[in-house]
Amino acid sequence: METQAFQRIYTRIEQLTKATCTLNASGVGYEELALVHGRLAQVVKIMGKEVTLQVFAGTEGIPTNAEVAFFGKPPTLKVSEALAGRFFNAYGLPIDGGPEVEGEEREVGGPSVNPVRREQPSELITTGIAGIDLNNTLVTGQKIPFFADPDQPFNQVMAMVALRGQADKIILGGMGLTNDDYLFFKQVFENAGALHRIISFVNTTENPPVERLLVPDMALTAAEYFAVDKQEKVLVLLTDMTLYADALSIVSNRMDQIPSKDSMPGSLYSDLARLYEKAVQFDHGGSITIIAVTTLSGGDITHAIPDNTGYITEGQLFLRRDTDIGKVIVDPFRSLSRLKQLVIGKKTRADHPQVMNAAVRLYADAANARTKLENGFDLTDYDERTLEFAREYSGRLLAIDVNIDTEEMLNVAWELFSKYFSREEVAIRKDFVDQYWVE
Amino acid sequence: MSKSPNLSTGKVEGIISNLVIVRFEGPVAQNEVCFIQHGGSALMAEVIKVQNGLAFVQVFESTRGLKIGADVRFNGHMLEATLGPGILSRNYDGLMHDLDTMDGVFLQRGQYTSALDLDKQWDFKPLAREGASVTAGDWLGEVQENAVQHRIMVPFRMADKYTLKSLAKAGAYRVNDTIAVLVDAGGRETAVSMVQKWPIKQAIRAYREKPRPFRLLETGVRTMDTLNPIVEGGTGFIPGPFGSGKTVMQHAISRQAEANVVVVAACGERANEVVELFTEFPELEDPWTGRKLMERTVIIANTSNMPVAAREASVYTAMTISEYYRSMGLKVLMLADSTSRWAQALREMSNRLEELPGPDAFPMDLSAIISNFYARAGIVYLNNGETGSITFIGTVSPAGGNLKEPVTESTRKAARCFYALSQQRADSKRYPAIDPIDSYSKYLEYPELQRALNEQIAPDWVDKVNHLKNILIRGKEAAEQINILGDDGVSVDYHLTYWRSEICDAVILQQDAFDQVDSRTPIKRQKYMLYKVLDICETAFDFETYEEVNPYFKRIINQLRQMNYSEFESDKFREFEAGLEDIISERKAG
Repeated sequence: METQAFQRIYTRIEQLTKATCTLNASGVGYEELALVHGRLAQVVKIMGKEVTLQVFAGTEGIPTNAEVAFFGKPPTLKVSEALAGRFFNAYGLPIDGGPEVEGEEREVGGPSVNPVRREQPSELITTGIAGIDLNNTLVTGQKIPFFADPDQPFNQVMAMVALRGQADKIILGGMGLTNDDYLFFKQVFENAGALHRIISFVNTTENPPVERLLVPDMALTAAEYFAVDKQEKVLVLLTDMTLYADALSIVSNRMDQIPSKDSMPGSLYSDLARLYEKAVQFDHGGSITIIAVTTLSGGDITHAIPDNTGYITEGQLFLRRDTDIGKVIVDPFRSLSRLKQLVIGKKTRADHPQVMNAAVRLYADAANARTKLENGFDLTDYDERTLEFAREYSGRLLAIDVNIDTEEMLNVAWELFSKYFSREEVAIRKDFVDQYWVE
Repeated sequence: MSKSPNLSTGKVEGIISNLVIVRFEGPVAQNEVCFIQHGGSALMAEVIKVQNGLAFVQVFESTRGLKIGADVRFNGHMLEATLGPGILSRNYDGLMHDLDTMDGVFLQRGQYTSALDLDKQWDFKPLAREGASVTAGDWLGEVQENAVQHRIMVPFRMADKYTLKSLAKAGAYRVNDTIAVLVDAGGRETAVSMVQKWPIKQAIRAYREKPRPFRLLETGVRTMDTLNPIVEGGTGFIPGPFGSGKTVMQHAISRQAEANVVVVAACGERANEVVELFTEFPELEDPWTGRKLMERTVIIANTSNMPVAAREASVYTAMTISEYYRSMGLKVLMLADSTSRWAQALREMSNRLEELPGPDAFPMDLSAIISNFYARAGIVYLNNGETGSITFIGTVSPAGGNLKEPVTESTRKAARCFYALSQQRADSKRYPAIDPIDSYSKYLEYPELQRALNEQIAPDWVDKVNHLKNILIRGKEAAEQINILGDDGVSVDYHLTYWRSEICDAVILQQDAFDQVDSRTPIKRQKYMLYKVLDICETAFDFETYEEVNPYFKRIINQLRQMNYSEFESDKFREFEAGLEDIISERKAG
């Protein structure tokens, strides 16, 4: 980024930390951008004359006589149709060798939608994956993360969901993405012939960590342009939000803030909510749906990052390797889509809610039977049948390589119920049993 | 906002996120409201600390772009709620600005709309007589607001004795029209309209007495009403990890509870959950009056992406509105989802002020703040002997699902009912996931409530409820024994004990919040089902081996569940009941 005319330029830095620098300046606006020694920075604190800047790329090598130029505006993104099909860095500058995008300049991280102007989400997103469509149905305007350990194929599943999800635009916000994963996304989208509806803002592990803080705001500003101005269905993919939160903690630490749980800043909840709450459904049909990734450490969801995320998002999707069938499944116990109630049994077949619950209940009985078996107790005939059921349920419905429509998922579930259980054991409303039971 | 020249002014001296430091001239009060001039708009803020001639103010808006030296105008008042007819059915932000009358799709900074419709004509009827001696909270007249008689009262700030010099005749008036003139002992006259303001962080105490609660507040949720009832004027809280069903539970209570007015504070939670209320409440019927639910509801929406400082204010705004309606002799139910977000807002600010932190970096006085807040609920005898009540239920979102964290601990000291949502129950889809054994209602120990319940429901009701609790506890113990010793390592009796508690769990405790019929169970039906289930639990059955127990009880549960899904006392209901009797007679001993 080049310096421009009429900028206020300072050349005396009073204080330097790893992520911030402080100098005396006047007429500076809060959250204004500046260029410090050629690196982008943002105002995070003003006390009288003293202005503290967060330097996104880190302060290594910045001298006290470095040139500091203020831009007089917060971070912005130029928005237009020309964003489609392009790849950008965290600052919104092209990294695909193409020209800069021309368009209306908008502040990123803008105001929230008035809640009374929102519409209740009611449009189903189908993915063909029964672990999602049957048990954890997604809806446009929803925000939901994958909770996964780093070794699980969450980026693959996310790409699959994005491509099958019938979105007008897919916006990828990559934070601390490995170069390999970045190329993976690029290739999958290219192979699917979907590049023209993809927009990417990427910070890879090769870039400085604090830069990541800009990525979601850039991605969501682009999303708001397409959802509000163009009334399109936009799907935003944010991966990995754990690395985003880590960057937040770095900055708050440098600013001497008192950390709360797990060394995270006390404002973590608000910081994450500000992003996730950009998910929205409008009455004109435009929507922003956010699918994110929060990597866990050893499956621990009580850590501050997944914990705060869980309170903000509308559910979470857990991936787990099922050793019985040797495949990755969407875990039916720990996964949840809060908005599914708005569509299941309404936009899908009426028996959907009851079938879903009955199958999960029987699957839970199988888990109990397995515990009994492991503890060396004899199994009852019912226990044996639940185990058989669980194996087939897992393989035919929960595995992530399943790709069938919802009607077929329900039929498979009824087939399994009838095969392994009596009507009473399934305990579904009688009128549904009469209609769908396979004799 | 008054434009009096005596008000203090100042200039911005420092900015750290939404904490702004102001150098001021003239007197400034703690919690006084001020407006920071920025561009064409004025950003509302509240003084939270004064030090060395500097006022530390929390701004209720984003401070982006704000500069040192910006003008600040103090307004001489604390943060106030505007109280008058027309509050019901409205959707406010945390500072009581009407969300529906704001312009545009996005919330613009400094856009503050009026809480009330100032032009609407209300049909006023006088209740007091001219010449009467009156004081704060006394009813002067009333207007019809939806289904409630909205009483126009002597303003709460006028705590002395006054003589009612004149009172408007019956007729149509706007909220700001003078409807009465009061004269104090010194002969000074005060004109009173239908609107008054009250500082939200102070409790309204214009009542005679606050007795112990003594009447059941019916919610239609069986695990509450039957097992751990909440009362008119009671307090309760619902802690639970995410995904355990806090919000579904609160929404069910807000739809079904026997209240005249429901105030919902959506405090720092998901916007889509508020949208659900916006969408459904204008359509759904209030089961008690047959009118639309929205008519009795006020929603204070300060969702998680709205400014943090206003999140703290939102619960106080909601409580002040509740107190206002309580003073009219109404049954008010207030719900706050979630009080943890409010506590977090306090933490963020305390952190920016660089105060010494308490546990988990929360402010040291968190516990006192929460207790004071819960204490504002309660049933009261008004000056004229009528009763009014605020029943308050807050949810708590404990970090990591750990009930030992500061917000849960502090709330446990303040609230009398504890509805613990259990992850384990939620995982096995036993909804509502309220743990029947850990949860409690202190009110059930009150002799005055026990008497009232026995009178209202059945002479032996409280005994039956305690019996139900015993069955559940014994069932849990039996389940542990079976797990340790194995199915065939215990006698058949253990299996019977376990399955008796399973019936109680499946039929009384579990309830389908999304089913038309099952979601709301009137107390009469709760009584019927409780006696039915306890009867089965007391029936002796013949079993040869433990393997026969499980499938047999599953059939009983299935039949009872079908009853729960059918209209009470309908033909279908009776049919399932007859089927149940057949199953029972198959194995009834003797």
